[in-house]
Amino acid sequence: MAKLTEKIVAITGNAAVAQAMRQINPDVVAAYPITPQTDIAETFAEFVADGLVDTEYVTVESEHSAMSACVGASAAGARVMTATSSQGLALMWEILYIAAGMRLPITMTNVNRCLSAPINIHCDHSDSMGARDSGWIQIYSENAQEAYDNVIQAIRIAEHKSVLLPVMVNMDGFIVSHSIERVELLDDEVVKRFVGEYKPVYPLLDVENPVTHGPFDGLGGFYFEHKKAQIEAIERSRKVVLDVADEFKRISGREYGCFEPYRLDDAEVALVVLNSAAGTSKCVVDAMREEGYPVGILKLRVFRPFLARELSEALKHLKAVAILERATSPGSFGPLYAEIRSALYDLEARPKMVNLIYGLGGREFRPEHAKEAFGVCLKVAQTKRVEKPLGYLGLKEVEVIS
Amino acid sequence: MKEWRAEKLMPGALIPVGGTARQYKTGGWRSEHPVWDERACKQCFLCWIYCPDGSIKVRDGKVIGIDYDYCKGCGICANECPADAIKMAEGGEPNG
Ligand code: SF4
Ligand code: SF4
Repeated sequence: MAKLTEKIVAITGNAAVAQAMRQINPDVVAAYPITPQTDIAETFAEFVADGLVDTEYVTVESEHSAMSACVGASAAGARVMTATSSQGLALMWEILYIAAGMRLPITMTNVNRCLSAPINIHCDHSDSMGARDSGWIQIYSENAQEAYDNVIQAIRIAEHKSVLLPVMVNMDGFIVSHSIERVELLDDEVVKRFVGEYKPVYPLLDVENPVTHGPFDGLGGFYFEHKKAQIEAIERSRKVVLDVADEFKRISGREYGCFEPYRLDDAEVALVVLNSAAGTSKCVVDAMREEGYPVGILKLRVFRPFLARELSEALKHLKAVAILERATSPGSFGPLYAEIRSALYDLEARPKMVNLIYGLGGREFRPEHAKEAFGVCLKVAQTKRVEKPLGYLGLKEVEVIS
Repeated sequence: MKEWRAEKLMPGALIPVGGTARQYKTGGWRSEHPVWDERACKQCFLCWIYCPDGSIKVRDGKVIGIDYDYCKGCGICANECPADAIKMAEGGEPNG
């Protein structure tokens, strides 16, 4: 059998993403450093300085400019990548919508970090969750390996002719971005062949065939219709995500779907998780299974497009489900809970559901928290009643200052 | 009802030709219009430099007037002209 991988290395999540970017060798990277993503911008800048890539690296003065430069370069016909986190993603906000609306296949790694205030540089998913309506495809990664693999696949998904949309690959700040893990890197040549040469459809720099990008489309125009076309494109990406994963399996031996069920088939209660909490939860599932508890998890990989039908199919046999959420929507439930619960609404019989917020501002998610979450599920399954639909895992006792 | 199909649209509202701004006559936005006085003009070209809409008409290296198809009536030229050769007048239409 042909050798699938070039080497096994011990690197951080950020280094893994930088390696993926080096192998992809994009035409343009425009990025601004922000903790905990800074490593990616720095390491990639080194690759540029060392002549390991042919990339035009645009050093900008803010993330608003970074995404603007990405939009311009992508419209010009370049393969474009960037990376950000937290406040940086927030500062990109208006341009995120423009990138998606102009159907520009930009690939961005977002290293998940909470939003101020209070100021905190650690992990939660408030940044990417807030960007969920911007029209970007969103993929989440449990560990450094998945971040590396997802970034490589993202190029193909974004640039697919039936999609042409930007893709955001997420991984947990510090927990994954700064932890050294075992990562299998593919051979440079293998990645190069997998991503292929980028052939832009309407490059602005093709002076023989002039086009106009980003025009005005007002009251009497077709704004509504273009939004509908954009919705259809992200719908089509469901199939593309799976096709690209199939092809990726052939070069890597690693399997990806839109979500990953873990001991879910014969489970009675389950947690739905994103990113690194999946690893911790899987350990707890194994331990609790030993004790005879019918527990499992569903790790969501693709959050946009949202796979309502597939998710309701995967969860419908359960008695109780806890949606673990590393983000809040103050005054409402977490976004994941609201959507998954809604996806199951049309089922004849559906599991009871609770929303458990955890890990805000990087608060550690420990095995006992997963255990506590399963405890809540088991109680709900037994009593068939949800007493508190919204709960919190790992809040500290606070001493009152008087 | 006509059937709506996404394939009929260009992705991202792209227009498959260039230079389309020419077809979009922004002159209709004016509520005041600049009036250029040929005799007072010193041909310093400051108005040409400052006009944000490229609406100062030039021929053979000389300012020859205002392009009312695109001039939005912002008044910058009148403000910048050192010779008082451009004055803003009421109304959008130069002859109205
Ligand atoms: S009024 Fe404004 S737009 Fe019109 S010619 Fe003068 S500077 Fe240009
Ligand atoms: S700024 Fe005044 S003087 Fe100078 S070219 Fe324009 S109209 Fe003439």
